[in-house]
Amino acid sequence: MTTWLTTLEIFLPVAGALVVWLLPMPRAWVGSVATLISLVEVGVWITAAKRYDFGSGGLQLGQQHSWFSDLGVSYHVGQFAFSVWLVGLTAICGAAACAYAWWAGRERPRAYFGLLLFLTGSVVGVFAAQDLLLFYAFFEAMLIPLYILVGVWGGAGRLGATIKFVVYTVAGSLLMLASIVVYGLQQHTFDLTKMGTSGNDWLFLGFALAFAVKAPLWPLHGWLPDAYRESPPEIAGLLSGVISKVAAYGFLRIAIDRFPGPTHDFRTPILVLATIGLVYGSLLAFRAPDVRGVIAYSSLAQMGLITYGLFAANDLGYDGAVLQMVNHGLISMTMFLLAAMVERRTATGEFALLGGMAKGRPALATILMTTGVIALAVPLSSNFAGEFLILAGVLAQGWAYAVIGAASIVLAAMYMLRLISGVLHQDQGAAVTDAALDLRRGELAIVLPLVALLLALSAWPAVISGHATGHGPGTAIAKGQK
Amino acid sequence: MIKTPHVDWFALSPTVSLTGTAGLLLLVAVFGPKRTRKPIAAIVAGAGFITAFVFAVLLANDSPNGAAIIHDSIFRDRWAAIAQVLIAACGVIGVLISYGERWREENIAEYYALLTAAGAGMAFFVQASNLMTLFLGLEWFSIALYVMCAIDIDLVGSLEAGLKYLIVGAVGSATLLFGSALVYGSTGELSFDKIGAVQAHDSLLVLGLAMIVAGLAFKTSAAPFHMWTPDAYQGAPTPVTAFMGSATKVAALVVTYRLMLTAFPGDTRLWTWALAGIACASIAIGNLGALIQRNVKRLLAYSSVSHAGFMLIPIAAANALGARALLYYLIPYCAMSLGAFAVLAARERELGEPVTLDNLAGFGWERPFLGVSMWIFMLGFLGFPLTGGFLGKFYAFAAAYEHGWWWLIIVGVAGTLISAPYYLSVVRSMFLRDSAELHLTPAGGSPLRDRALDVAVGLCLAVTVGSFFAVAPLIDVARSAADALPF
Repeated sequence: MTTWLTTLEIFLPVAGALVVWLLPMPRAWVGSVATLISLVEVGVWITAAKRYDFGSGGLQLGQQHSWFSDLGVSYHVGQFAFSVWLVGLTAICGAAACAYAWWAGRERPRAYFGLLLFLTGSVVGVFAAQDLLLFYAFFEAMLIPLYILVGVWGGAGRLGATIKFVVYTVAGSLLMLASIVVYGLQQHTFDLTKMGTSGNDWLFLGFALAFAVKAPLWPLHGWLPDAYRESPPEIAGLLSGVISKVAAYGFLRIAIDRFPGPTHDFRTPILVLATIGLVYGSLLAFRAPDVRGVIAYSSLAQMGLITYGLFAANDLGYDGAVLQMVNHGLISMTMFLLAAMVERRTATGEFALLGGMAKGRPALATILMTTGVIALAVPLSSNFAGEFLILAGVLAQGWAYAVIGAASIVLAAMYMLRLISGVLHQDQGAAVTDAALDLRRGELAIVLPLVALLLALSAWPAVISGHATGHGPGTAIAKGQK
Repeated sequence: MIKTPHVDWFALSPTVSLTGTAGLLLLVAVFGPKRTRKPIAAIVAGAGFITAFVFAVLLANDSPNGAAIIHDSIFRDRWAAIAQVLIAACGVIGVLISYGERWREENIAEYYALLTAAGAGMAFFVQASNLMTLFLGLEWFSIALYVMCAIDIDLVGSLEAGLKYLIVGAVGSATLLFGSALVYGSTGELSFDKIGAVQAHDSLLVLGLAMIVAGLAFKTSAAPFHMWTPDAYQGAPTPVTAFMGSATKVAALVVTYRLMLTAFPGDTRLWTWALAGIACASIAIGNLGALIQRNVKRLLAYSSVSHAGFMLIPIAAANALGARALLYYLIPYCAMSLGAFAVLAARERELGEPVTLDNLAGFGWERPFLGVSMWIFMLGFLGFPLTGGFLGKFYAFAAAYEHGWWWLIIVGVAGTLISAPYYLSVVRSMFLRDSAELHLTPAGGSPLRDRALDVAVGLCLAVTVGSFFAVAPLIDVARSAADALPF
C-alpha cells in the first residue's frame, strides 16, 4: 500500500478526469463528482503524510518501474519532506478550485472539471517524479489543460493571454528538454536519485531558464499579468498558488541540488534578478488598478522572496522558502477566490468602482481582512515566520538583500492595506449596490478551511519549516540515495 | 536456356499480395456490380493490406539476420519487414479514410487498385538492395501516387496537384537515376554492399552520392526539395494526402538510412553532414512556412516538411540509437499524420469546402471525439508528452547527442518552439472559437456518421498515445530491426 500511495496521489485525479469525461452522467452531477474526487485526493494526501516518516526524512513512499531501459528511463516516483507539503498544497488548492467552480457553475462542465482534475494530477506528478524525463512529461502535461482552461473559460482578453503564456512556457521548457537530453545521456540514466552532479553551466541555465519563466522571475514575467487577469479566478489561484511553486520546486530539486557549481557561480545574478522582481513586483502591486492586478504582481514579488530563500544556500533559507511556498500558495488561492467573489457581486475588480463593502458584509470583511493581514506578514502570522527565515538565511549572502527584503515587507503592507481598504473601506463604490450580498454559505465553506489552515500555520509554522528539508536539500536528497 | 535465380517467394509475399490485390481490384472494376462496387472494392483493398501486414509480421519474425536474396536484388531482413508492416498499416487506415469520400462511382475500384499498387511499390522499394530495384520501386509507387493525386477530377486543384507532383517527382527520379549511373560508373557495381566494399572515393562517386541524396530527399519532401509538397498535399483528395504523407515518408526515410549505411560507409562524414544540413533546412523552412498558412492541409504539408527534418536527424546521426529512433519516430508520426488528415477529411465532407483555420471554429465542441483526437495529434506533432511524438523527438535528439552533435538538438528545439504557435492555432480554432462566428448556411441535418473514418481516427489515436506508454516493446522491435543495418 505504502509504495502505491504516491502513484495513487498522481493518478487518482487523472482517473477522476477520465470518469468525468467518459462516464455518462447528468450535467448537474459533474461538479459535485469532481469536487468529491478532489476531496478524496486530499484524504489520500493526509494518509500519505501520516505514513511519511519526517524523523528520518529522505526519499520515501517511492515506487519504481522500468519504462524504457535502453536510455535508463524509468517510472520512478517518491517524495521528500518538502514534496509532501507541496503535494498537500496542490491537493488542497485543487479541491478548493473544484469546489469553487462547482459553486459558481461553469459552462461545459464535463470538459472543465475533467481538465481541472487532470491539471491537479499532473502537478502532483511534477512534485513526485524522481526521473528527469518523467518530471518533464508531467511538467509539460500541465500545460495541456491550462491552455484550454484559460483559453475557453477565461475573460475577454483570453486569446492573447493564452498565446503569451504558452509561448513563454514552451520556450523555457524546450530549453530544459535540451538540457535533460544532454544531462541524462552524459550520466547514462535519467533517474534523479542516481544521477551525479554536474558542473556544466549551460545545462544549469537550460533548467534555470525554464523555472525562471514558470515562476516567474523578473524579467521573464511578461505573461503573468494577462494570464492572472484573464483566467477563471480559480485557475488564476492555481497558477499563482501552485504552478509557480513547480518552478521553485524545480530550482530546489534539480537546479540547486544537481548543479552545485553553477548554482554557486550564478547565485549573485539570480539573487539580483529576484531582488528586482521583489521590488518591482511590490511597486506594481501598489500601483495596480484592480484587485487581481495586486495579487498578480504580489505573486511576482513573493516568488522573488522565495528565490531569495532558495539561493541563500543555507538551512534557514531552504526551510523558509518551503514554508513560504505553502503560505503563498494558500494565500494566493484564497485571495483569488475572494477577488472572484467580489467580482461576482460587483462585476468589476477596479478599485475606482469598489469600496465600502465591509458595511453590512461582516463575513467578507473578516475573511478578506484576515487573509490580507497574514499576507502582509504581520508578526505571528505564518507569512512572517516564512519571510523571517528567508531574510535570516539570505543575510549570509549579503546584508543588502536582507535590507531590501525587509523593505519589501513594508511595501507588501502598503499594497495589501490598499487592497483591503479599496474593497472594504472608503466610500461605497459605484459598482457596489445593496444587492451585493455577504458571502453565502457555499462560499464560506470553500474559503474558511483555507483561512483556517493559514491560521493553524501561523500558530505552528514549524510543522513545515521544521520538517521541510532536514538539513538542506543536499542532505535530504542524499539520504534518499543511500 | 536462361538461368533463373532461386526466388524466395516468402520474402516477396507482402509485395506480391498487394500486387495481386491490385489486379483483383481491376477485375472488380470491370466485373463488379455497379451498386456494390464501392464496398466490395474497399473490402478487397483492406483485405489486401491486412494480408500484406500479416505477411510482413511473419517475415519480420522469420528473418532475424539480414540477407540479400534473389541475385542481390532485394534484402530479406527485419529492417525492411518492419517498414512493410508500417506501410501496410498505413494502407489499412488509408482505406478506412477513403471509404466515406465521395468519389465518382465509375472509377472507385481503380482508385483502390492504385492505392494497393502504391503500397506494393513501397513494400518492394524498402527491400531494395541494388540501385536497379531501388529505382524500380521508386517509380512503381510514384507513378501510382501521381495518378491518385489527380484522380478526383471534380476537385479543384486535384489535377494541378497531380501535375505538379508528376513534374517535380520526375525531376527527383531523374536525379536519382543520374546519381545511380554515376555511382555505377565509378564503382562498376549495382548492389549496395558491393558498392560499399569497393571503397572508391572519387569525385564521380561523390557527385553520384549527392544526386542520390537529392533524389531521395524529393520523396521525403525535405527542404530544399519540398517545393511540390504544399501544392500536392493541398490539392490531392484528402485520403490520398493522408496515405502519401505517412507511407511515403516511411519508405523514403527507411531506404535512405539503409542505402547510406550500406553503400557509402566510406563517405559517412560527407553524407551525415549533408543530411544534417537538409534536416536543419527542413526544420527551418517547414516550420516557418507553416506559420503563415490558413489552409489546414497546407499547414500540415509544411509540418510534414519539418518532420522530415526531425526524422533526418537520427539518420544524420548514423548510429544504432539513430536507427532505433527513426523506426520508433515513424510509428507515432504515421498515426498522427493519418489521423490528422482523417479529421480534416471529416470536416471537409461536412462543409463541402477546403478546411481553413477559420472554418474549423467550434469543431471541437460539435464533434468532441474528432476534435479531441485532432487536439492530441497536434500535441503529438508538437512533441508534447502523453503522445509518442514527444518520445520520438526525444530519441532523435538523443541520437544526435550520441553522435556528438548537440547543436542539432538546439536546432530541433528551436524548430519545435517555432511550431508551437501554428499547431496550437489549430487547437485554438477548434476549441477557443465559437462556431457561431462561421455564419455557415445550414445544409440541414446533422453530418453523416462515417464509422469507417471514426475507426481510423480511433486507431490512430490509440497508436499515438499508446506509443508513449508502451515505448519499451516498440523500441525492442526497432532495436532488432536496426540490427540488420551495418554500424
